[in-house]
Amino acid sequence: MIDPVTLAVLKGRLEQIADEMDATLFRSAFNPIIAEAHDASHGIYDAVTGDTLVQGKFGLPIFVGVMAFAVKATIDKAARDGDLADGDVYLFNDPYDGGTHLSDFKLVRPFFHQGRLFCWLASVGHWHDVGGNVPGNYNPIATESHQEGMHIPPVRLVRRGVLNGDIVEILKANSRLPLSLYGDLNGQLNALDLGARRLAELLADYGADTVAEALRELRARGAQLMRANIAELPDGTYSAEDFLDNDGIDDVPLKIALDVTIRGQEMTLDFSRSAPACLGPVNIARSTAIASCYVALKHVFRDVPANAGCLEPIRFVIPETSILSAKAPKPVGGYTETILRVIDVVFQALAQAAPDRVNGCAYGTINALSLAGHRRDGRRWVMFSFFGGGLGGNPEGDGLNHGNAPISTATIPPLEILEAAYPVMFTRWALRPDSAGPGRHRGGLGAIYEIELLEEEADVFVFGERGKFPPAGVIGGGPGALNRFTYQQGDDFKTPPMVSKMVGIKIRRGERVRLETPGGGGYGPPLARAPEDVARDVRQGYVSPEAARRDYGVVVDADGRIDMAATAMLRRRAAE
Amino acid sequence: MSTRPTTVVGVDVGGTFTDLFFYDEASGAARTHKVPSTRGDQSLGFLDGIAAGLANGKPADFRSLAAVIHGTTVGTNALLERKGATTGIITTEGFRDVLEMRRRDRRQTWGLWGDFVPVVPRDLRLEVRERTLADGTVRIPVDTDEVKRAARELLARGAEAVAVFFINAYANAANERAALAALREVWPNPFITASSEILPEIREFERCSTATLNAYLQPVVAKYIRSLDERLSQAGSTGTLLIVQSNGGVMTVDTAARLPIRTALSGPAAGVIAAAHIAESAGFPNVITGDMGGTSFDVALIAGGRSVLSAQTTIDFGMVVRTPMIEITTIGAGGGSIAGVDRGGLLQVGPESAGSDPGPAAYGKGQTRPTVTDANIVLGRINAERPIGGKLARLDVEAAREAIAAHVAKPLGLDVMQAAEAIIRVANSRMAGAIRLVSIERGHDPKRFALMPFGGAGALHAGALMKEVGLASTIVPRYPGVTSALGCVIADMRHDFVQTINRPLDDLDCAALGAAIMAISAEGRDFVTRGAVKLDGLATVVELDMCYVGQTHTVSVPLTIGADGVIDASTIRQAFEATYRTAFGRLLEGVPLRVLSLRVAAIGRRPKFDLAILAPGTGTLAAAERGERTVWFDGRPHTTRIYDRLALPVGAEIPGPAILEQPDATTWIDPDLTGRVDRFGNLILTRKP
Repeated sequence: MIDPVTLAVLKGRLEQIADEMDATLFRSAFNPIIAEAHDASHGIYDAVTGDTLVQGKFGLPIFVGVMAFAVKATIDKAARDGDLADGDVYLFNDPYDGGTHLSDFKLVRPFFHQGRLFCWLASVGHWHDVGGNVPGNYNPIATESHQEGMHIPPVRLVRRGVLNGDIVEILKANSRLPLSLYGDLNGQLNALDLGARRLAELLADYGADTVAEALRELRARGAQLMRANIAELPDGTYSAEDFLDNDGIDDVPLKIALDVTIRGQEMTLDFSRSAPACLGPVNIARSTAIASCYVALKHVFRDVPANAGCLEPIRFVIPETSILSAKAPKPVGGYTETILRVIDVVFQALAQAAPDRVNGCAYGTINALSLAGHRRDGRRWVMFSFFGGGLGGNPEGDGLNHGNAPISTATIPPLEILEAAYPVMFTRWALRPDSAGPGRHRGGLGAIYEIELLEEEADVFVFGERGKFPPAGVIGGGPGALNRFTYQQGDDFKTPPMVSKMVGIKIRRGERVRLETPGGGGYGPPLARAPEDVARDVRQGYVSPEAARRDYGVVVDADGRIDMAATAMLRRRAAE
Repeated sequence: MSTRPTTVVGVDVGGTFTDLFFYDEASGAARTHKVPSTRGDQSLGFLDGIAAGLANGKPADFRSLAAVIHGTTVGTNALLERKGATTGIITTEGFRDVLEMRRRDRRQTWGLWGDFVPVVPRDLRLEVRERTLADGTVRIPVDTDEVKRAARELLARGAEAVAVFFINAYANAANERAALAALREVWPNPFITASSEILPEIREFERCSTATLNAYLQPVVAKYIRSLDERLSQAGSTGTLLIVQSNGGVMTVDTAARLPIRTALSGPAAGVIAAAHIAESAGFPNVITGDMGGTSFDVALIAGGRSVLSAQTTIDFGMVVRTPMIEITTIGAGGGSIAGVDRGGLLQVGPESAGSDPGPAAYGKGQTRPTVTDANIVLGRINAERPIGGKLARLDVEAAREAIAAHVAKPLGLDVMQAAEAIIRVANSRMAGAIRLVSIERGHDPKRFALMPFGGAGALHAGALMKEVGLASTIVPRYPGVTSALGCVIADMRHDFVQTINRPLDDLDCAALGAAIMAISAEGRDFVTRGAVKLDGLATVVELDMCYVGQTHTVSVPLTIGADGVIDASTIRQAFEATYRTAFGRLLEGVPLRVLSLRVAAIGRRPKFDLAILAPGTGTLAAAERGERTVWFDGRPHTTRIYDRLALPVGAEIPGPAILEQPDATTWIDPDLTGRVDRFGNLILTRKP
């Protein structure tokens, strides 16, 4: 058996390889979604099952759970091909087998040691544009995935080290931004080359048997750690429900319901009561659903390593017909919204079992907003970005103002970079008062972004959620504010019929679009918040005097001074 | 009798000790000195140290000071402890929250807890109507009366310093300049920072953060260095006081008072400068420095005698400083790092640390979990009877042993010695990871590099790190504890400029670029020659931040500019391709290039002295011997000779296993390594043949 010291040392070495692959792609990628938003991931996967063995810690958290499925799909394809060789690289973006959505291109490479398959290396990155009928691929009215972009099954992009240029030509021809695609593809190949080189060095240092044993052992430790975490929670069934606004086609709320059953060291996550698959693009594949549960659990149990072992003690119940188990050609382009809701119900359900380990829900929508048009000289431009909101209040303190989504570590591009690159001017980039869910520890604040068009005309697309159902608080904390998207037509600001999903509305020079994002849910009852903290929030403009009175029972004047007597009376009355 | 002042003093004020290095330019004599740091007012310990060092048995004569060069942590501490001045921001309407919204990041990938409190609260961030577009067009001119009203409001709310930050001021600073002029009329002190003055570079959060933190530090740092300057004068000194910057260069008191943010990493930077000089003198132009303290391990890479600069750093979550700094990578692995076994049965060392107070279990201050230092004590590598630093009389070996037994040995089924070695190995592997990060991951071949440990504990681990990463050798400087003070004495004068260009190379006006470089270089030379210190020569370093059109990350492309300032696009392209190929392997055919920023550094070379003056005097190996003790290594005890490090003569060969002790550091030579004292008194560790 491997000694504990070598194991600890190898753990660090293996993680460093995955981290270095991440860093290589971030630095050399062309599109800001990878370079700035880190919407990519790398790891090392089991030779036979494709299970995650090691994953980089700088990539997008959601990929940590999903890549195992992508590698397994490649393993199955390679078995059908029958002639897998050193130097091969498979490429695909099929979302049903490989998870997430069409924008995410997975490159999967076998790693051979002394002529035998030792493990797989994989790289996934979100490409800027992969065809379909909306630039940037967030098409809120898609009813089948063919409208969302090109669809590539696992194909051999590189055969024994030789790149198949024809495939690259096909890919480029199907993107509005072929140069960006070409740059990102090269970056991913560089990252895989590097990973293979580093792994070969490691095997030379420690021997293949020792490394293989370490990988097995790390997985076993992951499972052991997750079991220890589950065993600390009281047995029982804990339920939570939340809703998506709509699917972009029918304006009908879609339920995401979870029943968590804890028994000893095992946990069952049962999504049977959730809505069936829908017409529009908020379906997700089963692989994606499992990956999002993994993300939620890892936010709660932070000491669990990023490998397949953690999922061993967990059973999933997801009916075949569910919105969480989509089959081809159901559209899945808006997968981010659904996985955020899955994470929210995990937090809400676990809050009942582990009140000191969870937090209020985060803002819960990615708000993919694109403005696109042509410049006077005819050149096409597409500005595409995701926007931030508040994180939930938690046992330690208030939620973070203007954070990134739980599925992501993405940073937002500087507005000066956006203004330099596109004909737009931001007129506001600010925190949104009264957007945080009240609580003993309140949520973090959401934001207000307002953008004015400087060219003649542009088409606006937005794909958001939380327009009707706000992010929930936990342990008695209140919800954050609703998401609100408005766009200017002449003198009026209008709201889209599907609340925060909209395709192809035209705005003209001087007109603006405005996005007001939710804050996070609160933690603990608002009446338990110290009046002085509420008054400070009023002085800072985070909370209005009206909301202080309504939500917290604290009476504060415009200068932020507390009326003690009135506050005491109000709080007494509220407590009754 | 009046003589020309010839003494140059380097002063590094640390948390516990103030280290001083004295060098006499006339006689070539050098000596070191160490006094306790004075908390609260660092300048007291500073003056005491100089007085004591100058006196050297005679009355102190401050008139002999030619220059005092200071690496300071006053700025760093004010940032970390949030003890800067009450500061206000005047900004563009609609953007007062830029500082607080950051780049929409969070503290860590996993776990959603933790908030962020900006150094300037929201009610001290006021907006005025004004707007400049990305192309530099002024869409709304600033109303200077409105600026004055905002300034008065901030003063009424208690602000002592103020930053002006307007959107797109990097593209056209006209509105910021107008606001600045108006501010100067009403602001009662010089603590004013304009974002376009401090960092005329695209990216609003980074510029706003840097400008704000500069303003936040101005009163604190200015008061400190001005008071130092005055005290030196009062004591009779006519020498020049210079301050070390994070980029490893030095600046005048006036510049430091205006741009205190440039001192954010002043202390560690001086250490790296010294390391570069020591190593190069000893014949090692390529070294990786490893400074091991109580809670952290700081690594920096020096290639070809030059340290690597990074464009920005994060002092704490959301506290971003964008000025050129010596790239120092820090991980949470130090002597105080705590070891334990997690619930998955995996041995972990750090990042949690016992620091120096309460410190390791062996300090006997009630902290009972084992640390790296405890492991070194139990293994016999640290002398429990004579702890370094002089604060404790002896260390409690038994407490260290118990801590390891309870928290590591028992859970893993090891004996105490095995467990202690396991702690060291895991700590070493984490430190090796940091060394790999700055070397192998940046495309450097470790076989071409030596390791230079400094700090009290670095040399205990150096041999193992050198072997694990595959470095060629280790060079332990003669005085590992005063490296930063020595660095102060030899650091060059330096002034950095940056300007955003943001144009495709094909559209770049190369004649205008050349003219701009010449103008900036001239201004820079003016800056570095203001210091009234002896310079050996002047140099200008010019770099362009470039990328392929469409990329957002850039590479720094060094340019060689002739005296006439003429530069053309094809030269720039060739320079880019050489840099890009080194960084990423493959070039992208047919993709146009973009030039994002111009960086110019003006450098005034200060005289270096011959480090041979530090060399040990005559002596013999036998005379340096201090007996034997048992040291555990690789699962068994080794009878190990102990030496007085400073008494070892030049040329001495010490085969491992051996322990070298000196007042502020301990060196452990593994049994498979051998040490040799070079002509400067450095110890060179290599593998036994």
